[in-house]
Amino acid sequence: MLTGLLIFWPLVASVLLLFTRGKNTKTLALSAALIEFALALITWMQFDSTAGTQHVIDFWWIKSMGISFHVGIDGISMVLVLLTALLVPFIIGTTFNHSYEKPSLFYSLILLMEMALIGVFVSFDGFLFYIFWELALIPIYFICLMWGGENRARITFKFFVYTLAGSLFMLVGFILLYLHTPGAHSFNLTELYKAGQAMNEQTQSIVFWLIFVAFAVKMPIFPLHTWQPDTYTVSPAAGTMLLSGIMLKMGIYGILRWLLPVVPEAVAEWSNLVMILSIIGIVYASCIAIIQKDYKRLIAYSSIAHVGLIAAGCFAGNMQSLQGAMIQMVSHGINVVALFFIIDIIESRTGTREIAKLGGIRLVAPVLATVFTIVMLGSVALPGTNGFVGEFLLLTGLNNYSHTMVIFAGLTVILGVVYMFRSFQTSMLNETNSLTKGFTDLKSNEKWVLFPLAGLIILIGIYPKPLLDISEPAIKQLLEHVTSGLN
Amino acid sequence: MKALILLSGLGVFSLLAEIFNFKKFLLPIVLIGLLATIGVAAFDWDTQIQYYNNMMVFDNFAISFTILLLITCFGWLLTARSYFVEESSLTDHFALVLFSLFGAMLMVSYNNMTMLFLGIETLSLPLYVMAGSQKSNLSSNEAAFKYFLLGSFATGFILFGIALIYGTTASFHLEGIAKYVASVNGNVSGIFVMGLLMMLCGLCFKVGAAPFHFWTPDVYEGSPTQVTSFMATIVKTAAFAAFFRLFHVCFSSVYGSWADVISVICVLTLFIGNVTAVFQTSVKRLLAYSSIAHAGYLLLGILGVSALAANSILYYSLAYSIATICAFAILHIIQQAKKTDTIDNFNGLFKSNPVMAVAMAISMLSLAGIPPTAGFFGKYLLFTTALQKGHNWLVILAVISSLIGVYYYFKIIIAMFYKKSNAPESILITPAQSAIIVILCILSIAVGIVPGLFTGIL
Repeated sequence: MLTGLLIFWPLVASVLLLFTRGKNTKTLALSAALIEFALALITWMQFDSTAGTQHVIDFWWIKSMGISFHVGIDGISMVLVLLTALLVPFIIGTTFNHSYEKPSLFYSLILLMEMALIGVFVSFDGFLFYIFWELALIPIYFICLMWGGENRARITFKFFVYTLAGSLFMLVGFILLYLHTPGAHSFNLTELYKAGQAMNEQTQSIVFWLIFVAFAVKMPIFPLHTWQPDTYTVSPAAGTMLLSGIMLKMGIYGILRWLLPVVPEAVAEWSNLVMILSIIGIVYASCIAIIQKDYKRLIAYSSIAHVGLIAAGCFAGNMQSLQGAMIQMVSHGINVVALFFIIDIIESRTGTREIAKLGGIRLVAPVLATVFTIVMLGSVALPGTNGFVGEFLLLTGLNNYSHTMVIFAGLTVILGVVYMFRSFQTSMLNETNSLTKGFTDLKSNEKWVLFPLAGLIILIGIYPKPLLDISEPAIKQLLEHVTSGLN
Repeated sequence: MKALILLSGLGVFSLLAEIFNFKKFLLPIVLIGLLATIGVAAFDWDTQIQYYNNMMVFDNFAISFTILLLITCFGWLLTARSYFVEESSLTDHFALVLFSLFGAMLMVSYNNMTMLFLGIETLSLPLYVMAGSQKSNLSSNEAAFKYFLLGSFATGFILFGIALIYGTTASFHLEGIAKYVASVNGNVSGIFVMGLLMMLCGLCFKVGAAPFHFWTPDVYEGSPTQVTSFMATIVKTAAFAAFFRLFHVCFSSVYGSWADVISVICVLTLFIGNVTAVFQTSVKRLLAYSSIAHAGYLLLGILGVSALAANSILYYSLAYSIATICAFAILHIIQQAKKTDTIDNFNGLFKSNPVMAVAMAISMLSLAGIPPTAGFFGKYLLFTTALQKGHNWLVILAVISSLIGVYYYFKIIIAMFYKKSNAPESILITPAQSAIIVILCILSIAVGIVPGLFTGIL
């Protein structure tokens, strides 16, 4: 019941918002997102992490094709539903600075996307997962196309086709799994697990690559990342936050739910290659981030680096790395939304995102500088911040897998410090110049977004236990699926 | 059968309207008549009555495709009202449409090769006339002439194929042919295969599959837009139903002799259709090439020869027809307002006519195969059908070609939502036209959300 509300309330709100007048739309959208967050909190209160999948809704949708509307919440889904429901109100809050044309459509699209994202995270039927996965692409495409920056038609179209290509290959992989399910075919998660694990290694490898391509494009993993920097830069700020804060987590979630337990032998065979690609991505993206002149593009590249580490952790396949992946998803989501908002504030005040043109903002806007410091330290994983918890667990887990890999993956911390501190120094410290002299400090609506996010960064850094507790039994069960599939 | 009688009665009735002077009421009468025909046809569900010495059979396959054709025609009539105006002999147009529909219904319920031939001819002859109905327009005349010449040539192929098959099997009945194939345990003579391939060529011409597709863009572009809409939906649906019925009943045991041929034709069709559409500037021609590509997807269903394949062809035809009628209706409105049909006319449509722009966007998304539209589920069904028969590489190629397809569908969407237009006044559109377009859009999504109503019928 709760799951149904969680999925369909944003859809209802999205349709209702289409009929609102411009002035009220923002507040109505924010209230709708806050109601969703309240629903997610209620679900968390009632959630028992040891009790398996809860709040299950399961009825036949298209019986002749083995497709059911099967949704439920287990530990992994709970964390991601909380993340989504938490971030969307903040993202809507960040848009209060701007006035968009046709706001009813804009906010309606954001809420439609929330519905698709939640749907992805709670689906237990392969076909339903695919439908929500694709559905998430339409609103973000239109958000970027209609409210984005220059040259956006070509860039957003490249993003769309790239992602669609990955998704279609994933669909073929799912259909192959479906045709291998015993008896009357079905798309049910447990049936697909059985079908995949029963395949021989060669077929498993084919299915692995077909499905993995979609996730590799979404996160992105080197070398399928070329769509990301342009798309993040050209999107409106809210679009970038949706993309980097929540949408890329779909790819990581997909690996955990729909790849590792489905084709475990193929995973064992190919995980080395995938981890090497992820780590190349970490170092490569970090190095490119260092030389970036545009702040938004810099954070985009840093996102590739962070996600590379999470992906490597997923494939390392032990308890610490997987738990690290779970909590780093939450940490990265919070950090990157805050970072992109701060850059958005800087851009709307000074008119530029070029780091070299800024300077001395700390002198005129100390509150912003403080918040920026906290977020930045969270991003570079200083102990005491949420980033540290995630990255430490990931690196520990990676160390259990391979000592050489962890050395290269650990470079993310060092290189992260280089590009984050360097850009902070150039823009925030030193002297003010003509662009930044008149920089007003944080307004109240901006404080309402940034203060809680900064607080969460420290809170999760000091006391991550509640979050880790939600997902631990589910991750344990995931590992059991994997090991039983390998035998 | 009652449905056929009712339909042909409607056709004759509309001819009478010329004499007895009730042309004003003809459209509502025809619409009600179509609805009545749907009801009468649905009455015969699960009965399998045979007519004319078993030359025609109204099994569930025939009835479901009949109802689909009637619904499509109903929707088409609502969008194509401007084709039936006082000045251009509207009673003749009505009669032609209804007789053509009659031929389509014959094509889906035949049990005998002669009925197939009769159906094809009854479908095509009125269409040759309708294609050329804009007598003052040179390209309309060219379209009619091309269609007539090439269509007759293709029908000749079908006749020759029928003759060759009769020569080997001594039967025109589909069941007799199937019995012959079973009796020789699949070792059919070369003449039989020759006949099969001849019929395949003729039928591929009718559906517009490569390399028999060269007539499609010119005929679609030259004909009046409403007629193109009719051709793209009803003719394709009927032709594919006939195609499937023939190959499923008679030739499924000799799968090996024609599966490779159709696979190659399928790949050619998909890539020629999608790649050429990318370079078109005229939206009408773009939609013509895209309909060639959709014929390619439907050929995946022909390769299936199972109940799932029949369901997937039915569903895909439904999804494709809804989206195509909506798209052509919007194109026609824009063409009337701006006199040409290039993509530039769609620039900035979202600002001037948001309802039309969103409707066109949803139709484009459905044709491209993006969830949650009906077009996606149709493609999914066809892919599953092909994968079930083991055509893995074919499906991968179909996926790649649908990615190419996304490019030109999105060219239109980008023009509507992103580009600025030179003439930003909003286009005049009557509330009735808006209502039809909105209903078609909602259907596109609704049919995609509850496909369970349509799969599993056959």
